Amino acid sequence: MNLLLFIIWRFALEQEEDMKTKSRLSRTGRSYHLMMLPGMIFLIVFSYIPMAGLIMAFQNFIPAKGFFGSEMVGLQHFAYMFQLPDIWKIMRNTVGIALGKIIIGTVIAIAFSILLNEIRIKFFKKTIQTIVYLPHFLSWVVLASVIVNMFNLDGSVNQILVGFGAEKINFLGNYKVFPGLIVGTDVWKEYGYNSVVYLAAITAIDPGLHEAAAIDGASWWKRVWNVTIPGMMPIILLMAAMSLTTILSAGFDQIYNLYSPMVYETGDVLDTYVYRVGLVGRQYSFGAAVGLLRSIIGMVLLLTANGLTKKFTDRKIF
Amino acid sequence: MDNKNFSSRIRNIVIYIIVFLLGLACLLPLWNIVAISLSSGTAAAANKVGLFPVDFTLVAYRKIIDDNQFWHSFGVSVIRVFFGLVLNIALCVVMAYPLTKSKREFKGRNIYMNLLIFAMLFNGGMIPNFILVKNLGLLNSVWSLILPGALPIFSVILVMNFFLGIPKSLEEAAFIDGATPIQVLTRVLVPCSKPSIATVALFSIVGNWNDFFSGLIYMQKARNYPIMTYIQSLQIDMQEMLKQTTSSDALGNLTELSNRNLNAAKIMVAIIPLLMIYPLLQRYLISGMVMGAVKE
Repeated sequence: MNLLLFIIWRFALEQEEDMKTKSRLSRTGRSYHLMMLPGMIFLIVFSYIPMAGLIMAFQNFIPAKGFFGSEMVGLQHFAYMFQLPDIWKIMRNTVGIALGKIIIGTVIAIAFSILLNEIRIKFFKKTIQTIVYLPHFLSWVVLASVIVNMFNLDGSVNQILVGFGAEKINFLGNYKVFPGLIVGTDVWKEYGYNSVVYLAAITAIDPGLHEAAAIDGASWWKRVWNVTIPGMMPIILLMAAMSLTTILSAGFDQIYNLYSPMVYETGDVLDTYVYRVGLVGRQYSFGAAVGLLRSIIGMVLLLTANGLTKKFTDRKIF
Repeated sequence: MDNKNFSSRIRNIVIYIIVFLLGLACLLPLWNIVAISLSSGTAAAANKVGLFPVDFTLVAYRKIIDDNQFWHSFGVSVIRVFFGLVLNIALCVVMAYPLTKSKREFKGRNIYMNLLIFAMLFNGGMIPNFILVKNLGLLNSVWSLILPGALPIFSVILVMNFFLGIPKSLEEAAFIDGATPIQVLTRVLVPCSKPSIATVALFSIVGNWNDFFSGLIYMQKARNYPIMTYIQSLQIDMQEMLKQTTSSDALGNLTELSNRNLNAAKIMVAIIPLLMIYPLLQRYLISGMVMGAVKE
């Protein structure tokens, strides 16, 4: 999500002055309206009608009775939701896992890009890049089976642990280690792709700064701390702002494909909860109420990310 | 000076080793699946396969050739990707063009734009979407996988921004020659916007191919699952078992586990389309992503 925002931002113009230059040829807007029509139909049917459908969060929605026949109950589902001990646990899990992914993922991606930038052998660098970018493009369905293969009780990780004389760990079934597994495997999947942006930021730093620092006798570490990282700071801040948008989506696809009732305590997040209780459990109205809350917070986060982006750079996402 | 050279050489060696290990960390788990898919069922079930196939055999791949359900799901995904791609690109390009006009040239432009932005910020969420697809009678149809995602708003904005960067004089020259807006779009703007359209197209392909969730909720008959939902359904029972049983119990259930090499082979075939477009992904979604993003 945050890289998607980054890509859009990268195509954005620096302050839209072109928009205001007026064309000498004034045309009737009719053909423009016609061009908007097909897209608007999809927008209304598949975006706005579901929004109107959120009315069910204030009803006891029964599919057979429809939106007009179902009984209105006001804020009952919201009141119920905030009484549940579950909701606080789920919020904690969601934000905790998301923050872990953002913070550790960013640090590893930055570190990897700094190291990769030191690699001078072209063939080696290209090969490594080709390999580390690949997991990003594979579905969690595929990667989940890779991960289950490695982390199950008989998997290679436990075989290695036993080889060192340690005890086996039930990574997928122990709620204490499960969040760590989720954060770790997500970092593993994404650090390569995330490092692309940081690597570009490093190559844009003026080499003269490094040379000057080297002449002054600064060691490699000092140059990384005092030249490279400050030079990357604008992009780091930009990416941090954009990753705000992922705080409420701790990664449905990943968690759904790896979790089990044994790890709900620490692994159940907003999206998996809405799916299980609302859709599978057919508590449509209650699920929609939780979903509505999630959408509202999500909207605030996206607006904040856009505002910060505009502040840091002279472009905006939308 | 010698001392300094020596320490910088050590540093370089350490960096090469770390980068190499990080690369291995990404490659080995995937390679393990390749090795399992080429091993015999019993070796795979007993967890004997590491990095090299044990009892090398192509039997798993041969079984897939006759697997009706696998190819049916593969076909559902191909249809989905094809129509999804066509709709995504067509709607994106046709909508992005009028949105590049100013308020004066195109009355109502800002209303359309705000409607799009609001839909990007806020959405009905999982359950109202499900009820809608159900009420439209699309459940179990491949259109339930295609239509809800037909208009990617982020992509519309991306293409619009790209169009705005193309010099206005090109467009005006075409208008003076008597071109209609549609002609200006298809003959002038689209040919100039290949990188952004390629980006949008690749997003569409990867997203549609990898998505398992819409298949899971909208397809109530397992027969119609798209490929990723099908793969997921194969694994879910086995995962439960692996998570819960102790090793001796798991070994007792060899019949179930011996499917492991077959499942690995199915995964390999299912990701082949993505591997085939990987060079394009590298060009547009990786290198293209950062060009011009960082100020020199």
